[in-house]
Amino acid sequence: MEITVERRDDGLVVVHPAGRLNMVTAGDLRELIASTITAENAHVVVDLSAVSFIDSSGLGALINGLKSAREAGGDLRIAAPNDQVRLVLQLTNLERVLTPYGTVDSAFADV
Amino acid sequence: MTRLASLRVIVVLTAILGINYIAWRWFFSLNWDAWWIAVPLVAAETYSFIDALMFGMTMWRARARQLPPTPARGLAVDVFITTYDEDVGLVVKTATKARDISYPHSTWVLDDGARSDLADAIAGVGVGYLTRGGSWNGKPLHAKAGNLNNALMVTSGEFILVLDADQAAEARILDETLGYFENEQVALVQTPQFFGNVGPRDPFGSQAPLFYGPIQQGKDGWNAAFFCGSNAVLRREALMQLGVTGYVDEVERSILTALKGATKVISRAAHGAPRENETLQLALQEVLRNVHQTRSDIRDGRPIAAATYKLQRAIAVISESMVALDMQLLAKDLAAIAEMVPASAGGGDYLRDLDLTVATLASRELSPLGAVESVQTLLRSLDVVRADQAQPIMPLATISVTEDMATSMRLQSLGWSTVYHNEILATGLAPEDLGTMLKQRLRWAQGTIQVMLRQNPLVQKGLTVAQRIMYFSTMWSYLSGFAAVVYFAAPIVFLVFGVLPVATTAWLFFLQFLPFMIANQVMFLIAGKGNPTWRGQQYSLALFPVWIKATVSAAANVYFGRPLAFVVTPKSRQDAQPQVRLVIPQLLVAGALVTASTIGLLRVLLGIGEPVGTLVNLLWVAFDLVILSVLVPAVRYRGRTSTEGEH
Repeated sequence: MEITVERRDDGLVVVHPAGRLNMVTAGDLRELIASTITAENAHVVVDLSAVSFIDSSGLGALINGLKSAREAGGDLRIAAPNDQVRLVLQLTNLERVLTPYGTVDSAFADV
Repeated sequence: MTRLASLRVIVVLTAILGINYIAWRWFFSLNWDAWWIAVPLVAAETYSFIDALMFGMTMWRARARQLPPTPARGLAVDVFITTYDEDVGLVVKTATKARDISYPHSTWVLDDGARSDLADAIAGVGVGYLTRGGSWNGKPLHAKAGNLNNALMVTSGEFILVLDADQAAEARILDETLGYFENEQVALVQTPQFFGNVGPRDPFGSQAPLFYGPIQQGKDGWNAAFFCGSNAVLRREALMQLGVTGYVDEVERSILTALKGATKVISRAAHGAPRENETLQLALQEVLRNVHQTRSDIRDGRPIAAATYKLQRAIAVISESMVALDMQLLAKDLAAIAEMVPASAGGGDYLRDLDLTVATLASRELSPLGAVESVQTLLRSLDVVRADQAQPIMPLATISVTEDMATSMRLQSLGWSTVYHNEILATGLAPEDLGTMLKQRLRWAQGTIQVMLRQNPLVQKGLTVAQRIMYFSTMWSYLSGFAAVVYFAAPIVFLVFGVLPVATTAWLFFLQFLPFMIANQVMFLIAGKGNPTWRGQQYSLALFPVWIKATVSAAANVYFGRPLAFVVTPKSRQDAQPQVRLVIPQLLVAGALVTASTIGLLRVLLGIGEPVGTLVNLLWVAFDLVILSVLVPAVRYRGRTSTEGEH
């Protein structure tokens, strides 16, 4: 799985994982998010548009990312999931904590 | 007739005879004049009958599974060996056996003791070594469940074999069990726990041939095979799903609780704040309004993260505007002062950068709102990341000191299946002295009762009725201590005081009681497939002080937060304490039974006692003494000798 990180001028960090976000790759994403977040850049959007499949370990990595972001005084939000990802978010009820936004730009529109 | 068919016949027979007997006892033979012993006795008998009924239901579907297909190649498997303080040599031996399991896998020793000598020794074996990370500092450790949860976060195998530190695995353990997972619904394959250091006499009843055999097979028939903490293979996806759904439930619960508490606390703070401080009063009202809004948003099913984030922002804005207002008033005052005092050394310097000052003062620690402790508490508790825990995701249940049963129950309520594979594939070490054995039984009982009280299976959503009963039945059986006390007390009461709890003739009593009793014992006999089950029945009554202590302490823990005084079962023999002191309550009971028998005989000789009733109660005393006699070899046991246990 490939993961790229984009730091926008407004301080927003956008993480773009691509491929299967499962038990094999979840650890990479978790570590990358944890090491990317700083006190100044604690607002993170995970762009899921290129994620073809996610399992519960993948969701776990997102929850761990949320923890890192909140502890640094920011937040982590997710954007543009495909149908499979949406379904998993629904089945586990995780959508109530990590609500998917339609696009990366709309994720932090309220801030 | 097949074994299963004859078993079902005897189960039905036991049920019919039992219902007849219990109904007769409640409605036609209860001696209400002596209700203080009669009612406890009939309650104890009803308890035992329900126990037998649920056992019969367990046996209804007890059968061996067909062997699974040979597992596909290339599955990723992690083998976890959990250890806390076991002997380094023992862990090394177990790790070596685990390393040599033939199906390709990674082996990890999960050392909760973080011992450097073990780390060195494990490096020599050539397997992985894990300890808790720094994130666990100052957080609840959750014993073995926490140890496993920690390891799940730093490994990635699709399947996980869990082994206790003393469980030496057969090389083929994975080849025999992984095939079940071709069924994508299967989350767990449990194999028996068997002990190699126990001779055929097994004084402590360590081998559980009835449980690791017919009972687990029966539960398996209802898709309710239990996870028993070791010698089991688990599917990571199922555990992680448990972790994720558990996380969401926990977050929602804690936030609703926090908001409810916050409403109360903030109202009180507003009450206590100085009336003349109108800014503060208004601000607190505004915070309250926002808290109410957030609560109703979450209850309506709105996303929790967004709702709480909105609330935190709202409180920040209120706080900021409050500071701004104060600063403006202050600035006005200073301006007025400046007008009066001729400009000398730039008296308004502090306020040159008003925006920066406001921002600084509005940060959580410094703002006047933040000074109100209640709001700070609220901000902290609005936590969607379980900051009180080392990691937000806890796949293995942490509600009990025995994480295994609660975990499999939650897996099944999410719709996963479990499998019991009835073949010994690992050999461990049983306690070698009475004290250790009693501690182990106490811990199991406490854990089981904790789960019953915290997560009563009878009301768990997602479980079938049969699954609920299968879990409840195991919990129910741990309440036997109270029944045992009544079974010991009733004959004593008759022999000493001549008070009979049953109002009937001896002839009629036996006519009602014996058929049920015989059917019940035959049921155990057939279910046990010739395995020795009598010792288990003896221990379920003879260890009554352990079961009562477990029930009382677990209830005190669940309802009043009292600690359980958790102990890890030592794997090596504890010689220090004299064994007899461990069974003082049982010795007192045995003494009372013998004394009562003497008194009863004297009463008959003196013409006060009733001969037939006395005879019946003497037989009862004999039965009680046979039950308690299981402890005699246990107390006398001095460890393995060369003649026993080596095979």
